[in-house]
Amino acid sequence: MSELDAALRGGLPNRPLPDLAAAAAEAGLLDVGYATLDSPVGRLLVAGTPQGVVRVCYVDDERQLEAALGRLAERVSPRILSAPRRLDQARRELEQYFAGRRRQFEVALDWRLTRGFGRRVLRAAARIPFGSVSTYGRVAAAAGSPRGARAAGNALGANPLPIIVPCHRVLHAGGGLGGYTGGLDRKRLLLALEQGGDIGLSVDTTS
Amino acid sequence: MTLPPFQQLLDAHGPDVHRFLLATVGRDAADDCYQETWLSALRAYPRLRDGSNLRGWLLTIAHRKSIDLLRRRRRAAVPAGELPEVAVLDAPAEDHGIWRLVRELPPKQRTAVALRYAVDADYALIAASMGISEAAARRNVHEGLKRLRREYAP
Repeated sequence: MSELDAALRGGLPNRPLPDLAAAAAEAGLLDVGYATLDSPVGRLLVAGTPQGVVRVCYVDDERQLEAALGRLAERVSPRILSAPRRLDQARRELEQYFAGRRRQFEVALDWRLTRGFGRRVLRAAARIPFGSVSTYGRVAAAAGSPRGARAAGNALGANPLPIIVPCHRVLHAGGGLGGYTGGLDRKRLLLALEQGGDIGLSVDTTS
Repeated sequence: MTLPPFQQLLDAHGPDVHRFLLATVGRDAADDCYQETWLSALRAYPRLRDGSNLRGWLLTIAHRKSIDLLRRRRRAAVPAGELPEVAVLDAPAEDHGIWRLVRELPPKQRTAVALRYAVDADYALIAASMGISEAAARRNVHEGLKRLRREYAP
């Protein structure tokens, strides 16, 4: 290799990359910003549009994170960037919730990943107060379909905004836990947290 | 066509785009040019038809932005000649030297040499990024190097 080659190959300074998310948001080009945060129920992806939080998702590993972002690219917009600052409020409220210092979320929500009956079910679930529980049947009735308990269960299972929209507060009429988008261990933990229970233990995400 | 989340492009190609711009427009303008490049890409992204060569697509935009910037700079420059470069104290002098010479090459040679050495692009990628044939890409790198060899005194 000639001296010229060597000079060209070694000759550029290493410089930090400028942050794009803020400039993109300012230019109105940041359709979806996201951040991840660690919580007592595992790592969470939180994504927001200019309208509000559009998605909360349990992501146990990089593969799940990538898959969740891929679905957002498809269903909302491929203009997606890591933008922790857009999610400041959501992250703060979630942290307060897990620390037992918040009983209600105030952050704006973007409901675009829900529709029709499913959206009505989720809105009904969102009205269940902290520390209480309801049943699939009652939530279905509140959404206008008293016999739609099973369909309500499906809608809650597809909740794009778990924790913030507390689908974990919906149980079987007989007292059974029912299902949960993040697995039943997480549902139990969230319910225990809201009963003032010990949440020192964390969910085993390895199995 | 399903496009990957834009952050994936930024993670995969951000460092190369930045190095290319450091090489072609210099350190003082590289950051602004970098933002312009990525904002242009972000603006056009949802309408992109062909996602098979995203790296080439991004480097094409970076190439155009660097040309725009150098044109603006020439127009703004005093007729007496070059804008004085701002002194860079912490960069090794000899390294700064060779890339300063690259920046004085004719535009096509400058871009081709920068793609070859700052981004480690092969001739197919240089051709795709510049919208020229592979033979022309080779020629531009070759001519650029020939000229640098004449002017470079380590």
